Amino acid sequence: MLRIRNLDAGYGKIAVLRRVSLHVSPGEIVAIVGANGAGKTTLLKTVTGLVRPRAGGISLKGQDIVGVPTERTVAMGCSLVPEGRQVFADMAVRENLLLGAHVQYRRGKRQEVAADLERIYQLFPVLQKRERQLAGTLSGGEQQMLAMGRALMARPALLMLDEPSMGLAPLVVKDIFDTIVRISREGSTVLLVEQNARGALKIAHRGYVLETGRIVLQGTSEELLANRDVQRAYLGRDVNGEGGGEP
Amino acid sequence: MERDDLEQLQLERLEATLSRVYRNVPFYRKRFDEIGFDPDELRSIADLRRLPFTGKPDLRESYPYGLFAVPLRDVVRLHASGGTGSAAIVMGYTRNDIKTWSNLMARMLVASGVTKDDVVQITFDYGLFTGAFGVHYGAERLGASVIPISSGNSKRQIKIMQDYKTTTLVSTASYALHLSEVMREGGVNPNSLSLKHVLVGGETSTAAERRSIEQALHVTVTDNYSLSEVMGPGVAGECLERSGLHVNEDHFLVEVVDPRTLQPVPAGATGELVLTTLTKEAFPLIRYRTRDLTAVVAGPCPCGRTSVRIRGIEGRSDDMLVIRSVNVYPSQVEAVLRDVQGEEPRFQLVLERKGSLDEATVLVEVSHLFDQMRQQAEFRDKLRRRLASELGVTLEVKLVGKKTLESALEKGKVLDLRRR
Repeated sequence: MLRIRNLDAGYGKIAVLRRVSLHVSPGEIVAIVGANGAGKTTLLKTVTGLVRPRAGGISLKGQDIVGVPTERTVAMGCSLVPEGRQVFADMAVRENLLLGAHVQYRRGKRQEVAADLERIYQLFPVLQKRERQLAGTLSGGEQQMLAMGRALMARPALLMLDEPSMGLAPLVVKDIFDTIVRISREGSTVLLVEQNARGALKIAHRGYVLETGRIVLQGTSEELLANRDVQRAYLGRDVNGEGGGEP
Repeated sequence: MERDDLEQLQLERLEATLSRVYRNVPFYRKRFDEIGFDPDELRSIADLRRLPFTGKPDLRESYPYGLFAVPLRDVVRLHASGGTGSAAIVMGYTRNDIKTWSNLMARMLVASGVTKDDVVQITFDYGLFTGAFGVHYGAERLGASVIPISSGNSKRQIKIMQDYKTTTLVSTASYALHLSEVMREGGVNPNSLSLKHVLVGGETSTAAERRSIEQALHVTVTDNYSLSEVMGPGVAGECLERSGLHVNEDHFLVEVVDPRTLQPVPAGATGELVLTTLTKEAFPLIRYRTRDLTAVVAGPCPCGRTSVRIRGIEGRSDDMLVIRSVNVYPSQVEAVLRDVQGEEPRFQLVLERKGSLDEATVLVEVSHLFDQMRQQAEFRDKLRRRLASELGVTLEVKLVGKKTLESALEKGKVLDLRRR
């Protein structure tokens, strides 16, 4: 689905990503975990075409997308749920969702939009309840759902989520992660970027650990959760003490 | 897995491995710095060729924990190879390493036709040696029933094989042959056993040996390649096509180089196998010279697996012996004996030093007794002459009765006592 090879990217003179290679296969949930400033958001921005890579290749469904403008990558099936939701606060929930469908109009699939909206309402019943409410009046969790719904309205082949759990109450975070699993089960491929390593790895099939712009570990989620370095650095577990080991 | 996907995975894993060894293992950091290699510069698998090789001496000098890439507290298992003392090499495994090992060995067992319904008798030594544990984990992972009988006591092995209805035997090729001999002598009909598969490993075996086991025990024999330093069993093994050993390439990168120039050999040519681990956490190895001679088998395997295949190990790039200044390969001795005896020879080459002179003796088992002393002497002289003309150095020949070398051969086909 998505394949990144030897990606170098940054802003101005500052190199952020160094030699990053990763892939996401169809149907997978892949998590990229790492501390603040590791380069996770830059990675997503580079994939969507908001940041142009200095070197390396990115392909989506076998097509090279380096240098392809963002609106084209969306049309090609790559949608981003940005960090901090970025919903249109002064517009109604329903309008936010319909905006997400703009590529469907371009694709000439206008008649499918209504059914898609129905589908989103099934996935997030609360959005239907608040259909006419302004997006800015929603709670953080509801806004996150709206941002996800908006991205799904574009019928993406690959859904990328940037820190979906950020700033949300633990119970809401659980809801959001459960929804990601449901979205995945319904056939979407998911690339998830998270500081909440444990939560992300618990729902992902595989993961990559990004540190100062480099991939330092990769493997199945199970392996990463069992890795002592990951435990020390990202899971906040004191592995030196007794009882630190996994069974 | 498609080749393209595999290469992507290999690259991702290689990059992570290089970053980790550079950060965590002073030996590699120093090596990389010496040649001005920044792991961030790696762009393709081919760039690996810029890196220096790692040899067995490097491993010995790092005894015991110098090459570990994780702190010892993250290591859950230690194994060793190469005897005791300063020649030994110590390998560590994290919990993830053990899990990977189990999975890879399970994969090899599946390729050999073993399923969860099989009863697997493991005749390797349980100890510091990696062989028994690796197969054990793999078989358990698969869900097979494991008999951890360990080595030795052939009669007991056979009794258990009969009573427990063993379907899969895991052993060295020579021990499997030996067991078949003991069965024959004890009047045990192989058809009365439940045995279906024999996985051989732990030593190099020839295709002829493996076919003899198949005939003697009425089983399917698959060859396995294992290397303690790299992991143990589970590195490569034959599928049921038995036309080369599939390397678990998603975990080990394969190179075949000319042992003298250290340059890659042309596709399909014989050379020394060089392995790089892609997922090992505790004891990663970069471009490890295995000293095992093999060649890549061209083309896809009919079984459908896309992983590269290597031929069964054809020898070692370092088993050359120097006897009175003459280079001798044990395989040459073996070839002469095979030719003269007309069967797979059982022999041991013993090297000793008398004063300043090398003394080399070949102990050869003969299957039939000679009627007269004279006949026996003639046969011995014939062997001696053939060996001398073939090798360019005279070896003493001693004929011994059948199976008398059994315990001696546990030390190997060559017993070099000169530097002890």
